[in-house]
Amino acid sequence: MSAVLEISGLKTHFFTHAGVVKAVDGVDFTVSKGEIMGLVGESGSGKSITGFSILGLIDPPGRIVEGSIKFNGEEIANAPENRLQSLRGNRISMIFQDPMMTLNPVLRVDTQMMEAILAHEAVSKQTAWERARDALGLVGIPSPEERLRAYPHQLSGGMRQRVAIATAFLNKPDLIIADEPTTALDVTIQAQIIHEAQKLTKQTGTAMIWITHDLAVVAGLADRISVMYAGRIVEQGGIDDVIDRPLHPYTVGLLGSVPTANRRGKRLFQIEGMTPNMLALPEGCAFGPRCHARTAACDQQPPNDHAGDRRFRCFNPHLAVEAGQ
Amino acid sequence: MSDMTANNPATPARVETPFQRFRAEFFESKIATLALAIFVIIVLLAVFAPWITPQNPYDLAQVTVMDGRLPPGSESIDGYTMWLGSDGSGRDLYSAILYGLRISLTVGLASGVIALLIGMVIGLVAAYAGGRIEAIIMRIVDLQLSFPASLVALMMVAALGKGVDKIILALVIAQWAYYARTVRATALVERSKEYVEAAQCLGISRARIVFRHILPNCMAPLIVVGTVQTASAISLEATLSFLGVGLPQTEPSIGVLIANGFEYMLSGRYWISVFPGLALLLTVVSINLVGDHMRDVLNPRLKK
Repeated sequence: MSAVLEISGLKTHFFTHAGVVKAVDGVDFTVSKGEIMGLVGESGSGKSITGFSILGLIDPPGRIVEGSIKFNGEEIANAPENRLQSLRGNRISMIFQDPMMTLNPVLRVDTQMMEAILAHEAVSKQTAWERARDALGLVGIPSPEERLRAYPHQLSGGMRQRVAIATAFLNKPDLIIADEPTTALDVTIQAQIIHEAQKLTKQTGTAMIWITHDLAVVAGLADRISVMYAGRIVEQGGIDDVIDRPLHPYTVGLLGSVPTANRRGKRLFQIEGMTPNMLALPEGCAFGPRCHARTAACDQQPPNDHAGDRRFRCFNPHLAVEAGQ
Repeated sequence: MSDMTANNPATPARVETPFQRFRAEFFESKIATLALAIFVIIVLLAVFAPWITPQNPYDLAQVTVMDGRLPPGSESIDGYTMWLGSDGSGRDLYSAILYGLRISLTVGLASGVIALLIGMVIGLVAAYAGGRIEAIIMRIVDLQLSFPASLVALMMVAALGKGVDKIILALVIAQWAYYARTVRATALVERSKEYVEAAQCLGISRARIVFRHILPNCMAPLIVVGTVQTASAISLEATLSFLGVGLPQTEPSIGVLIANGFEYMLSGRYWISVFPGLALLLTVVSINLVGDHMRDVLNPRLKK
């Protein structure tokens, strides 16, 4: 499997009046063809900013200050705007969180889908319309001809998200960034959407970055997982490895706080404290003040450690589980 | 089981455009419907004036001083009844009002549309460019809006001279800033919405995002401001003509007619001023009522 996207040492900082917010501060990961990478973290951990950095859509006062984003081998960090524009929606697509907000309310579905094709290819309107119709059929929308003529307010939330996914797949992109695409939907619709997305990536070989705060979603969907905390990836690895044998205390805490059937009636695990203030991060490990495995070493910045194909940033990886096996 | 058929996705959905929805909601109000009907009648009367009036008030061969200052209902020398009386130069007031409305409406609509287009482009540029360009444009707008529109128009007409084209130009200069301010404010709100970000992520060009995505979403407030400003352009033109700086005596707009009758008011010949005045009032009020109701329908926050 060849790497579609290789990010190394990416730093996206926001230069605000109150100080520099290091929203993304040294992120490395690779996504291969047909692979789904789950990017997990709490609000403000920098996962969405990572997505927007890839697309080159960081608005001032923010900018990419360091690092490289290689897309199919081409460096696209701080690439010229017209190059990025020709990639967006064409080779790299995005799916947003709230389907109620991402479709333009005054334009019909067909207009919006066709212009996504016509912006990148010189095909006839008829061809564009047929491709839009086929794409809607592919994501399980019944009678796509009817839906194409509809306005967004005439579609339900789940239907709109399907339209957004169909639009993202229109130009057969190499990479799709899905930014919490199921957060605003019902659990049943959520399951359907995840199923469609998974099916389409396998069919088309499209790589996908699935940004979410919901570990349960990623567990059933992704091949690999990256856990972000305060602008850094604190743990990365194959989905089963990370879920079954988490190394970083933060991942351990996240997994412990997911309600499961065999812990019915017991108190859920709670990570102490609050998300850190991004303007005043601690000197050493950003998770340190909330960590139960904290030692004196944690006053230093933990290095990016390896164990097989897994990576983690912690001095005291949670090896107890492995030892117990 | 009717729920089943309604939810069946195979049933062809009635595709309702935003315009159809707007239309249905607009006609719910009786007053607005009545106002719109009055306005449409006024426009039709003005458009078909040459075919439905007994006299062409611009044709001096048809106007004779012998008919001067006749009260409503009198018979003219040519044998037709002057239902609204005649003015000092012997013009049939009914004919003169319809011809006057033609000029007033032309001036109001033309200046409204031109000012809307100019203000819209300037406002969009300000909103999308941001930074120094926006600051300069908006300070010019502020400067202009700190003067009353009538004063600006008065100065412009004084500088440009009389004539329909000149008064349209003067009104455009007096009013573009209202549109620019409205469009900029709405466009700034729309620009930060997620669908714009989504369009950027689809690789759609800037110009297309501004004109195809942001602009249509700014139309609702723009239409409302457009109606209100058109009504105000009509009354502004009447004001200028009344003051004698607008249109010449040979092309009597409503304002000129009112001014002509003003000198006879105290001698009891009320009709020369009052009937043109009523026509103007009816026109401006009907447009304003339509505009007000459109604002209610188009603004989701004012909905019940």
